[in-house]
Amino acid sequence: MAYSEKLLEHFKHPKNVGTLDKSKKSVGTGLVGAPECGDVMRLQIEVDDETGMIKDAKFKTFGCGSAIASSSLATEWLKGKSVDEALAIDNMAIVEELALPPVKIHCSVLAEDAIKGAIKDYREKNGIVAPAEETGSSH
Amino acid sequence: MDKKLIYLDNNATTPCDPRVVEAMLPYFYQHPGNASSRNHPFGWAAEEAVDYAREQIANLISADPKEIIFTSGATEADNLAIKGVFEMYSRKGNHIITAKTEHKAVLDACQKIEKMGGEVTYLDVDSEGLINLDELEAAITDKTILVSIMWANNETGTIQPMKEIGVICEKHGVLFMSDATQVVGKIPVNPKEVGVHLMAFTGHKMYGPKGVGALFVNRKNPRVKVTSQMDGGGHERGMRSGTLNVPGIVGFGKAAEIAGQEMAQDAERLSKLRDKLQAGLCAALEECYVNGSEENRMPHVTNVSFKHVEGEGLMMTFNQNIAVSSGSACTSASLEPSYVLIALGLGDDLAHSSIRFSLGRFTTDEEIDYTIDALTKGVNHMRDLSPIWEMYKEGVDIDSIEWSAH
Repeated sequence: MAYSEKLLEHFKHPKNVGTLDKSKKSVGTGLVGAPECGDVMRLQIEVDDETGMIKDAKFKTFGCGSAIASSSLATEWLKGKSVDEALAIDNMAIVEELALPPVKIHCSVLAEDAIKGAIKDYREKNGIVAPAEETGSSH
Repeated sequence: MDKKLIYLDNNATTPCDPRVVEAMLPYFYQHPGNASSRNHPFGWAAEEAVDYAREQIANLISADPKEIIFTSGATEADNLAIKGVFEMYSRKGNHIITAKTEHKAVLDACQKIEKMGGEVTYLDVDSEGLINLDELEAAITDKTILVSIMWANNETGTIQPMKEIGVICEKHGVLFMSDATQVVGKIPVNPKEVGVHLMAFTGHKMYGPKGVGALFVNRKNPRVKVTSQMDGGGHERGMRSGTLNVPGIVGFGKAAEIAGQEMAQDAERLSKLRDKLQAGLCAALEECYVNGSEENRMPHVTNVSFKHVEGEGLMMTFNQNIAVSSGSACTSASLEPSYVLIALGLGDDLAHSSIRFSLGRFTTDEEIDYTIDALTKGVNHMRDLSPIWEMYKEGVDIDSIEWSAH
């Protein structure tokens, strides 16, 4: 399987690897996947209290190259977005950007789920009620 | 060194030895005959070449040349043995015993047997990958016609207790078949000595060409027969029709001859390199686990799990210049990790973390040094990225987490 240059670059030099302090109210954490499935993704966002914008995003991923590249790309896209804008990130945009082959589409789904999970966690911590149409994941 | 490709996937296929290629070349153009053409010199030359190769191959496994049935490879030989015995001995019974760690060629042929009304017992293996002899004997019934146990496993290199299995089969009058794909040409193999009546093997795992293999079929005490699965001109004593692949067979024969001369020294050299590789990795990295038996193991294979690192991702850190194989397949079609490692009792997480290294005749000491270094860097890179590794380092019990399986 030949991978795109963009995917390989995100895999070899992943952006925003690391851990944010999950005890902070401004940090939301999404942990998705399972070790027995071969991929676990942890994606975190830190939201600026005053502006409501995502000022930092970090990830760590156990998984194949596509899963790592998908999460690295997701953190890049998250930074500087509002929470609502972040919720609009669609897995197919990740598929397109990284030219993921069909057998790896689930890696992008995982990244989208991780974003949603992190936002859900942030909102719960801060007592923000999500609009009804945003609560369920379609996957 | 950076640009050089390092091949440590010899259990998938071996490079063809240049001496083998040289032996094959005249049989593409100079000697183009069909070995079944009995009435002209072209046919005679081809037949002579096939006879000679048959002898070279028989010599390697201490068999009679008449006991070698050429096929397209080990998969076909496995199918011919299992389905052929099932048909030939249907009056005696319909039960076959095999193991959960067999190659798909055996397991899928057995599933077909079940669809055809046969019964199959799939034996468990222990944590080293070995079958339990008592369980094997207990599984034999008066309907059992065949026991099919691979000589050594392709993923772990674990060698089964062939002699002991042979004794049990002999005692109960049951045919014993073995998929010996990974052993012939690598270590001494003598089917008659251990009571194996049918044995599948192939050219391309022993530095011969792809597309040619053989089924050993015991001729005396007992005289074993299999029903052909390919109908046609009645080649190969009626057991496998189809024009013989003369250049392939010549190469297979040459490979067998070279193996007979060199496998002892190859095995000695490779086991040292393999041990060096395994020890080097386990010294440089924490939480490495060797899968399968270390005592009963092929000399050129080691299968190692690097905990909290996913195998396919790990391979991507070095697969531009090192070829190995992983027990993890991260695709939407199959999220299942290796069924062989699962049968050994490995958790899914360790099975997903496994890498198989299979060395070969052309593996060098420098390549092993390079591989230890590259793997160490790769595993460290992946662990720096791994949330599970971080949790493990913080003392979090990974099993206590409720994962959201997707």
